[in-house]
Amino acid sequence: MDDARALVTSLRSAYTATPTKLKLIDLYVAYAVITAIVQTLFMAVVGSFPFNAFLSGVLSCVGTAVLAVCLRMQVNKANKEFKDLPPERAFADFVLCNLVLHLVIMNFLG
Amino acid sequence: MERGKKIGSTGVGGGALVSGSGKRAFGTVLAALILCLIGIMAFSIRLFSVIKYESVIHEFDPYFNYRVTKYLTKAGIYEFWNWFDDRTWYPLGRVIGGTVYPGLTITAGTMWWILNAFNIPLSVETVCVFTAPIFSSFAAWATYLLTSEVKGRGAGLTAAALLAMVPSYISRSVAGSYDNEAVAIFALIFTFYLYVKTLNTGSLFYATLNALAYFYMVCSWGGYTFIINLIPMHVLLCIVTGRYSSRLYIAYAPLVILGTLLAALVPVVGFNAVMTSEHFASFLVFVIIHVAALAHYIKRVLSPKQYSTAVSFVITFGMYEPAALIAILAAMVAASPTKGWSGRSLSLLDPTYASKYIPIIASVSEHQPPTWPSYFMDINVLAFLVPAGIIACFLPLSDSSSFVVLYLVTSVYFSGVMVRLMLVLAPAACVLSGIALSEAFAVLTRSIKYQDLSEASLLAAVDSTATLNSTNENEASVKEVKDKAPKRGKKKTVEKEVEKKRKRLLGLPMEASAVGILLLIIMGSFYVVHCVWAAAEAYSAPSIVLTSQTPDGGLHVFDDFREAYAWLNHNTGEDDKVASWWDYGYQTTAMANRTVIVDNNTWNNTHIATVGTAMSSPERQAWEIFQSLDVKYVFVIFGGLVGYPSDDINKFLWMVRIGGGVFPHIREPDYLRDGHYRIDSQATPTMLNCLMYKLSYYRFAEADGKGYDRVRRTEIGKKYFKLNYFEEVFTTQHWMVRIYKLKPPRNLVSAVKSKKRFL
Repeated sequence: MDDARALVTSLRSAYTATPTKLKLIDLYVAYAVITAIVQTLFMAVVGSFPFNAFLSGVLSCVGTAVLAVCLRMQVNKANKEFKDLPPERAFADFVLCNLVLHLVIMNFLG
Repeated sequence: MERGKKIGSTGVGGGALVSGSGKRAFGTVLAALILCLIGIMAFSIRLFSVIKYESVIHEFDPYFNYRVTKYLTKAGIYEFWNWFDDRTWYPLGRVIGGTVYPGLTITAGTMWWILNAFNIPLSVETVCVFTAPIFSSFAAWATYLLTSEVKGRGAGLTAAALLAMVPSYISRSVAGSYDNEAVAIFALIFTFYLYVKTLNTGSLFYATLNALAYFYMVCSWGGYTFIINLIPMHVLLCIVTGRYSSRLYIAYAPLVILGTLLAALVPVVGFNAVMTSEHFASFLVFVIIHVAALAHYIKRVLSPKQYSTAVSFVITFGMYEPAALIAILAAMVAASPTKGWSGRSLSLLDPTYASKYIPIIASVSEHQPPTWPSYFMDINVLAFLVPAGIIACFLPLSDSSSFVVLYLVTSVYFSGVMVRLMLVLAPAACVLSGIALSEAFAVLTRSIKYQDLSEASLLAAVDSTATLNSTNENEASVKEVKDKAPKRGKKKTVEKEVEKKRKRLLGLPMEASAVGILLLIIMGSFYVVHCVWAAAEAYSAPSIVLTSQTPDGGLHVFDDFREAYAWLNHNTGEDDKVASWWDYGYQTTAMANRTVIVDNNTWNNTHIATVGTAMSSPERQAWEIFQSLDVKYVFVIFGGLVGYPSDDINKFLWMVRIGGGVFPHIREPDYLRDGHYRIDSQATPTMLNCLMYKLSYYRFAEADGKGYDRVRRTEIGKKYFKLNYFEEVFTTQHWMVRIYKLKPPRNLVSAVKSKKRFL
């Protein structure tokens, strides 16, 4: 049990040390995932018709979460693979990919 | 992060004359010129059928695509999307918008529309005929891009040249073969290129492009399931071998989400994108990659001891929920009779499945396993080069080279199941052979170039070789040598390193290298000669027009099929229904423009079994079945007079099997004598009385007096008989197509029969 508590505290201290920019992105990711879970619970209550609306809703939330995680990886200064990628370029890619995702979602919503 | 384009490894330009950037520019121009030539060669090698025959659409499936494209160009995209076709599968009809892969038709329609917007009045047929050669040029360029991402520009050019000519790809993309694979292979290679590019650079921009290319692939071909299973397999392989990186996550995770959504957008796929087992692998690996990402993140922030306690903690407590989820998922999958897979996918995974359960899939000749010689026929010399390419991929092993090896291994398995899938093997074989050839040339030319050199030039040679190789380790070791030399200042150590490098560079003596290069070039020329021969002789037949040599060397043309369809078009009513075996359905609707009962889509097994039963039944029962389907005309293909082997009598066994699968009164042993189908005097009475026999051999004995069937090589059993319920209306010039009309039901019962009833 002591081990578990020590683990949790070390995880928490390591996380508070991350820069604010990344914590914002993490918050956005958490928000998207929670929205997806809420939508799934709603579907479990009222049924899955029309299925394409449910699918597009859940996948848009999960999609923005995944893209935000990709952005976080590219913007994170501790990540050596992306040290010569300017963060503006990473953000521009993120916006482009989100545009494509939401265009597809709007098409699929029906 | 640019892995960058490397200079071609055959020593472009004399080193002393041209500077580094000049060399690079010259190399780029040369590569562009070579790519242009490769594109032209890929286009022109596929034109043999147009030269030998005419610009006509081949075979069966392309006629359906052609008809759909005609409708698209005439009626517009919205009508096409909502099209319900009532001219086929009478009386059921077919929802074309929802059951066709639209990529090919929309591509050709767009090309036609663009050309017409520029006032270049090409007909739809011309655009359809030449779509495949154009897209094979694009596929060759995509192969260049893919291979240069894996191994560098020299390998890329070689692979592109190999793909432009490989016979397996030519067989499905000649001018006139207007089928899905024409654009799908280009989409496949291009999607793989973008995936490898994203994996190498970690750029989200390429990940978006990758998803869009995957969307184009889903639109084009049912084989897209290969991509959505191969890429997760590769991601899993990378994770398991410890090669997880953030680039892998960026390459895979957006592709899954965007790809699933885009696949669900295509009406043919629809909700199958999330509900069938073909896609489950991608979701499973999606979950696994997130677990791996989380594990890596935690490993990075914790100390090693705490990380190991965390791992043990998770294993003891955290395994219950995933286990429960997996149990639920397994139960859901096991509940469906096919475990969630479609019939076609199951026949790929278990080669014996189709012959046991789905005779229609087993009956298609393209779905049979290939013989060993067909590997040599279809990929020729590449069959030897591929193992060398696999070894070259391991020196060194990177994410992209492991992907190419995995692609090859899976496609070799699938090509062994179905001969049609040799087509998927061809690009993999070309990529790996290109790598092998390029590496071999590199070693041999390097041996010749650096034969006798002093120490300093050796070190310089080591530098330039290090920039030619695409490995980081080599550069690092070269830098090491350079750093070590001034630091230590000991001549002996430098000499030792130089000796090691000399041994590594100068593998072979000069004569052996020269002979090696010569032999490689000869092997390449064998390949070229074989490919041109295969394209000219083996794969250019349009199969709707046949030719043969007359004894005095001339050419005799058999144009019976088009003759029959034109007769149907001109001599029957607009709404008359025509029945035949399903092979000819697409051609009948496209060329004769008549409603058919069954066609090549084979989506309704019972309907096909009905027609098969009718063909296998005696005349009266067959007439009743056709009368219930409102059929007016029946035609059969008969090759006995000229020796055309793909006629309906040879396909008869499938009619019996498929019909017997649904209607048990058709029993196959009734038609067999000693386990064989016979039509001579030894044939069973059921066989001699069935409709197919009668329609094929009606008045055949009058043609040559003896009734000698050239395909079965025997005289027929029953030579003189009358047809009571059908009348012959047309037989083509070489008796290859025989069209019959159903006699109308009698108005009056004959007086003799009624007297017998009353007495």
